[in-house]
Amino acid sequence: MRLQAAAVKLGYGDNVIVDGLDLGIEAGTVTTIIGPNGCGKSTLLRALGRLLKPQGGEVLLDGKRIDRIPTREVAKILGVLPQAPVAPEGLTVADLVGRGRHPHQTWYRQWSSDDEGAVAAALAMTGLADLAERPLDELSGGQRQRAWISMALAQGTDLLLLDEPTTFLDLAHQVEVLELVRHLHQEAGRTVVMVLHDLNLAARYADRLVAMRAGRVIASGTPHEVLTEELLREVFELDAKVIPDPVAGTPLVVPIGRPHHAHSAASASEIS
Amino acid sequence: MSATTLAPRLHGIRHRRITVLLALLAAVVVAVVLSVTIGSKPVPLGDAWHALTAPTGTENDLVIRSLRLPRTVLGVLAGIALGVAGALMQGHTRNPLADPGLLGVTQGAAFAMVSSIILLGVSNLLVYIWFGLAGALVASVAVFALGMAGGRGGPTPVTLALAGTAVSALLAALTSAVVLLDEQAMDVFRFWQAGSISARGADVVWQVAPFILAGLVLAMVNAPGLNALSLGEDVARSLGQNIMWTRTIGVAAVTLLSGAAVAACGSLAFIGLIVPHLARPLSGPDHRWLLPYSGLIGAGLLLLADVIGRVVAPPGELEVGVVLALMGAPFFVALVRRRKPVRL
Repeated sequence: MRLQAAAVKLGYGDNVIVDGLDLGIEAGTVTTIIGPNGCGKSTLLRALGRLLKPQGGEVLLDGKRIDRIPTREVAKILGVLPQAPVAPEGLTVADLVGRGRHPHQTWYRQWSSDDEGAVAAALAMTGLADLAERPLDELSGGQRQRAWISMALAQGTDLLLLDEPTTFLDLAHQVEVLELVRHLHQEAGRTVVMVLHDLNLAARYADRLVAMRAGRVIASGTPHEVLTEELLREVFELDAKVIPDPVAGTPLVVPIGRPHHAHSAASASEIS
Repeated sequence: MSATTLAPRLHGIRHRRITVLLALLAAVVVAVVLSVTIGSKPVPLGDAWHALTAPTGTENDLVIRSLRLPRTVLGVLAGIALGVAGALMQGHTRNPLADPGLLGVTQGAAFAMVSSIILLGVSNLLVYIWFGLAGALVASVAVFALGMAGGRGGPTPVTLALAGTAVSALLAALTSAVVLLDEQAMDVFRFWQAGSISARGADVVWQVAPFILAGLVLAMVNAPGLNALSLGEDVARSLGQNIMWTRTIGVAAVTLLSGAAVAACGSLAFIGLIVPHLARPLSGPDHRWLLPYSGLIGAGLLLLADVIGRVVAPPGELEVGVVLALMGAPFFVALVRRRKPVRL
């Protein structure tokens, strides 16, 4: 178990969002957390990445309490990319990715050939080397997200936590980013935990799904085990058909959406 | 594209940054020469050199060594301090309109100085300055503590700005009340408020230099952390940066730098606000370069404004603070109009 939440209680002040949750992340897997808005998935991811201190319970990184490991050491093992991160204006891709080397630098030794190699490798892996000197503001949404992932890669961690890495991206760019995640996992053996909203993409790109509702884990397992019609009803209150994805064979969720369905059925019968 | 072609380009960026640094350094040297030679009594360059290297007690030697040189050195120190403090402040608050005064240092120094005159009967410049420095430190600590009370895990840009505004407003009101009671305090305050580097003498330079040097060391230590923090607190934390620590070092640096400059020279409006906007197009958003560039531009600009103040209204002099405000205001308007304000 690389990363583990044991009976964690999470929240902000008096507002408790998650209480008594257990979750284990195995090495070399891509785990995707799904669930309705406000179910606590981002909160859980923040706690796993020690961005949020649990009010109870503990988070274990390689069996050790994450809050007892110096934060700089954690930063060499685990990288977190928050939702919709911000960058100062004019920051170039190379500068952003270079900042991923922060945990490996000290104030008296700022830049080494190791840093340079890691930045170049990260840019090459995300296909951004040609854009290295371009300001981040000038990139497309998909390129920008790839640049942020490059920064997390340059950090050189084999555990990556990504909070909704596809937010604000169109479908083509979502696929582009998730293909990159899969590549990192398959070619570089990284362990990835991410939060995604799109269930079909989650099913296609994850080894394991964790379905949450109201701060609790309702189901976890392979996409086939988790993404069932009953679960969608329980977790999302959504009536849907689950059919095999014609491309990948993973579960494909087709929402029924009752009122619209009734309406279109009626108009269809009128026409015929 | 492979690593072999990327590396030279990264080196190219580095070389360009060093070139700019050297160019700014040269500009400061030119400003120093102007500052030493130009004035109500112009001193030829040769005489100035004579005064600096082998003084023999001529009139020019005296002018240079006892008046011009301390003034120039104080201008360099205060300019560097305020430029660097401004860049730090804008970085920490992510606010392009932030200046070092936001921490309450200016009003803290003013209040402590006028209080020392009224309550303790202090009448010596060197002693006022100690009080000014202490006032700046206390005000800034108060702002930091208040700002911290508002947020979880350290002060946020918003709580810092709110606390700074509140503390500054309170201290300004108290200062007004105090100077209305005492004519001597009013005179000192008026002179101080205009902002000046003249008639301070070498003693003042020695008095504030250690604080400014300490502030500069802290500022450079703070630069990498501030770079991480400019990507947002979550990313900074994920990169292994301790947010609270970074903010504390930053606030300590701003306090030492601007507290010392303001206590010695009065409120030099605009330096801390404008200079980072001049430095940023040259340095980009990397604080390891932005801070030194801002320091050098601050020194150059302050000396230049001081020289202009000496020649613009003969036989009198215009205080450097007034010149800066007159120069700075239209300049800042132009800066804002030319390009949209930066997002930090």
